[in-house]
Amino acid sequence: MSVEIQLRVNGKPQQGTVEPRLLLVHYLRDVLGLTGTHIGCETSICGACTVLLDGKAVKSCTLLAVQASGAEITTIEGLAPNSQKHAGNGAGNGIGNGTGTGNGTLHAVQEGFWEKHGLQCGYCTPGMILTAVDLLQRNKNPKEAEIRSALSGNLCRCTGYQHIIEAVQYAAKKMSARKR
Amino acid sequence: MTTRFIGKPLKRKEDPRLIQGISHYVDDLQLAGMHYAAFLRTPYAHAKIRSIDLSKARHAPGVVLALSGADVDGAVQAVPCAAQIPDMKAAARPVLARDRVLFVGEAVAVVVANDRYAARDALDLIEVDYEPLTPIVNPEKAIAKGAVPIHPGHKDNVAFKWELEGGDLKAAFKSADKVIKQRIVNQRLIPVPIEPRGVLADYQPGEGQLTVWSSTQIPHLLRTQIAAMLNFPETLVHVVTPEVGGGFGTKLNVYPEEAMVAYLAIQLGKPVKWIESRRENFQATIHGRDQIDDIEVAIKRDGTILGLRCNVIADLGAYYQLLTPLIPTLTGLMMTGCYKIPAARMEITGVFTNKMSTDAYRGAGRPEATYLIERVLDLVAAELKKDPIEVRRKNFPQPEDFPYATPTGLIYDSGDYQKALDLAVKVADYKKLRQEQAKLRKEGRYTGIGISTYVEICGMGPSSAMPAGGWESATVRVEPTGRVSVMTGSSPHGQGQETTFAQMGADILGIDPSQVQVIHGDTSIVPYGIGTFGSRATAVGGTAVYKSLQKVKEKMACIAAHIVESDPERMVFADGKISAKESAKKSIAFGQAVSAAYVAKTLPAEMEPGLEATTFFEPSNFTYPFGTHICVVEIDAETGDVKLVRYVAVDDCGNVINPLLVEGQVQGGIVQSVGQALLEEAVYDEQGQLITGELMDYALPRATDMCWIETERTVTPTPVNPMGVKGVGEAGTIGATPALAGAVADALAPFGIHHVDMPFKREKIWRLMHKDSRRAQ
Repeated sequence: MSVEIQLRVNGKPQQGTVEPRLLLVHYLRDVLGLTGTHIGCETSICGACTVLLDGKAVKSCTLLAVQASGAEITTIEGLAPNSQKHAGNGAGNGIGNGTGTGNGTLHAVQEGFWEKHGLQCGYCTPGMILTAVDLLQRNKNPKEAEIRSALSGNLCRCTGYQHIIEAVQYAAKKMSARKR
Repeated sequence: MTTRFIGKPLKRKEDPRLIQGISHYVDDLQLAGMHYAAFLRTPYAHAKIRSIDLSKARHAPGVVLALSGADVDGAVQAVPCAAQIPDMKAAARPVLARDRVLFVGEAVAVVVANDRYAARDALDLIEVDYEPLTPIVNPEKAIAKGAVPIHPGHKDNVAFKWELEGGDLKAAFKSADKVIKQRIVNQRLIPVPIEPRGVLADYQPGEGQLTVWSSTQIPHLLRTQIAAMLNFPETLVHVVTPEVGGGFGTKLNVYPEEAMVAYLAIQLGKPVKWIESRRENFQATIHGRDQIDDIEVAIKRDGTILGLRCNVIADLGAYYQLLTPLIPTLTGLMMTGCYKIPAARMEITGVFTNKMSTDAYRGAGRPEATYLIERVLDLVAAELKKDPIEVRRKNFPQPEDFPYATPTGLIYDSGDYQKALDLAVKVADYKKLRQEQAKLRKEGRYTGIGISTYVEICGMGPSSAMPAGGWESATVRVEPTGRVSVMTGSSPHGQGQETTFAQMGADILGIDPSQVQVIHGDTSIVPYGIGTFGSRATAVGGTAVYKSLQKVKEKMACIAAHIVESDPERMVFADGKISAKESAKKSIAFGQAVSAAYVAKTLPAEMEPGLEATTFFEPSNFTYPFGTHICVVEIDAETGDVKLVRYVAVDDCGNVINPLLVEGQVQGGIVQSVGQALLEEAVYDEQGQLITGELMDYALPRATDMCWIETERTVTPTPVNPMGVKGVGEAGTIGATPALAGAVADALAPFGIHHVDMPFKREKIWRLMHKDSRRAQ
């Protein structure tokens, strides 16, 4: 049995038929090839699969693709649509060479994670970033305790969270400066 | 060499691809015609397999292959164990169980289908007839008289006995004013990297080439072992390690699925992928710790420690993984910690139980050592009513005592334990902490202050002391365009070698880090290497890089000197130029020397063309980082909740390539320690069911569990390698748990409690605090 779904993912309309049991995260990863959304636990505890659904952070490993029909999804790949996607080659405006001063095309939260060493293995990072984006939409200037609370549904085993908190603080500052 | 980049907090080169979600972990790779494997695992901890019926599964939609242990018997060998202890019994983990299963989660069959959902569906159609046997879960019961051996053919459940003794222990205990005894349990942990394991294999029959992508810390060792397990030519095995989403030792191993998925790809002539579920990761990927330590310590009234005796029961689980028997022996080597204890003895009994294997989890045997010796120091302080800091100072070796020989046979390279302790005491304002604590106690609030002064054994290690080679490789090649490729055998999983090794390349060759590309995790490109574990990537892998860079630099200096007519010794590499010291005019661009090496028309006589150098660096000793951690907890007497109030960490890992990355390692390690101290515990019930088998039931530390960590460093370089670097990957998990345990014990001192076993869960703590009041009722 298949069900037809229609949704927007990273600003692009998508439609197709899926098995009713297909998880949203598998739809994003296996059908659309958006593999930046990761799977860490399949029980919505770890948050590696976090995406934005109609602007709100949700865990895509415990949502069915059919439940997302009609929604607007943003994955990590869609967070900064104009960023350069040739990371790591050492060329260009600072991306990948590890010495640049940042650039204007990353989202402020992504930039914060890079500036503040908010990641090590990077596996939890897309989920962490999208959770932080959700927080900063609701709370422009979160206190440390509020950041910790907002991130408590996302597990990181490498960083110890402190640099992630600094990354979010960096982004909050940067985003409010841009608005001014 | 001018250090423009070494020692600086450069942002990581790895990050742009990771923060944009455009990098590739194993599950992100797609190959045309790819199929998916799923493993059926036993729900019984101990059972005979009477029969397995795969017929329904074989006919399920999408299924192309289903196999049980009988089908691969002889074709795929058991998981290798590199550790050797005299007289240890055999306990190789089969890739698929044959006649019996020995732990919950052991694989009994595998299905391959054209879709991951179809493969999982087909598992439900496999019929296995088990004859359940009585499981043995408690290691003390396992070695009690009359216990039935879990391995048929063994006479008991003792895997091995290992002992180590140094110094005159008898004399120590004879001359002691007091002897303190204590049992200390280091509970079993589940490491939980956020990316579970994953394997993808592809076989090209024409070329005979087998490619295996695996989330591993040891691509080359895996390649050798896959070849051995499949009896397949190693020359035709190509292992690729893409991004690895955390390892913490779990991926420093060889697993049944790695060989099986490769075997399936060969059998089918199709790419096969297997991605571990989190439940599988809990059940069938290695666990850590799990020791019962019975200690006896001989002391003088003034706090001098004369001797330490320790009896260890190490729960190994059912089978050996790669290093299982070795891990507890590291506890023995480090049992005297950073103290001058003249005599010590450890006796370890390795025990088989119906559980998953233990093996190297971040720290691997050394957190257990630090934990036991630091608990000892606190118990001594409590017994003598002395400050725990005073007792530590009393027993430290002094800086002039280094290199310091321990009674366990190690030579500590360098250290200044007093300095790190002094700094931590200053940063924490220890005196004030004690005053505040006294004040709060009067108000009925229970705060505790914990101190850990640790030393760890890192930079693993000299091959003479390692099970299978402790060296590391690096190749540096300056490409014709002037870009520099650094190939390292230390395949990372989050440590940031792409950045740190580029910093080294940039400084040594006088170029920008953006010109240096670090390549790792591909056995066809990178020379044979060992891997990233045991805090070795910088100290051993980095030194191999350093030496290769120096070799290339020397050759370039000869080329440049030949062109500008000067001496190679006088050539300076800076700002993309190679210049002679004597004259600004005698200078060529870096690229000009590179071109000369490849065009090969103007090379000095007898010089070979090309610009490439390889080093296999063999360290002469381990390195011994150290430090002091001080923390404050407050315990809520109403709930038993332990709240972390303050954490000060002073770590000394020698010289530092990138302080930002060192900071990240320290913080991350401390939080894993907080996990062990406050939350984590792998619990098997009496039937051998892993009841903490998911993240729903096994609590990891979250952002809300932590206070701000204040970090400082002292710098005591090691003489073991030219950069003076020691390693920092495990400092947090080795140094922090004792501080946390000390703080909890200190908070509970008013209740007459001086030791509590981890984890410090609310119920346990509440019961301890209310024991007397309930008795009174």
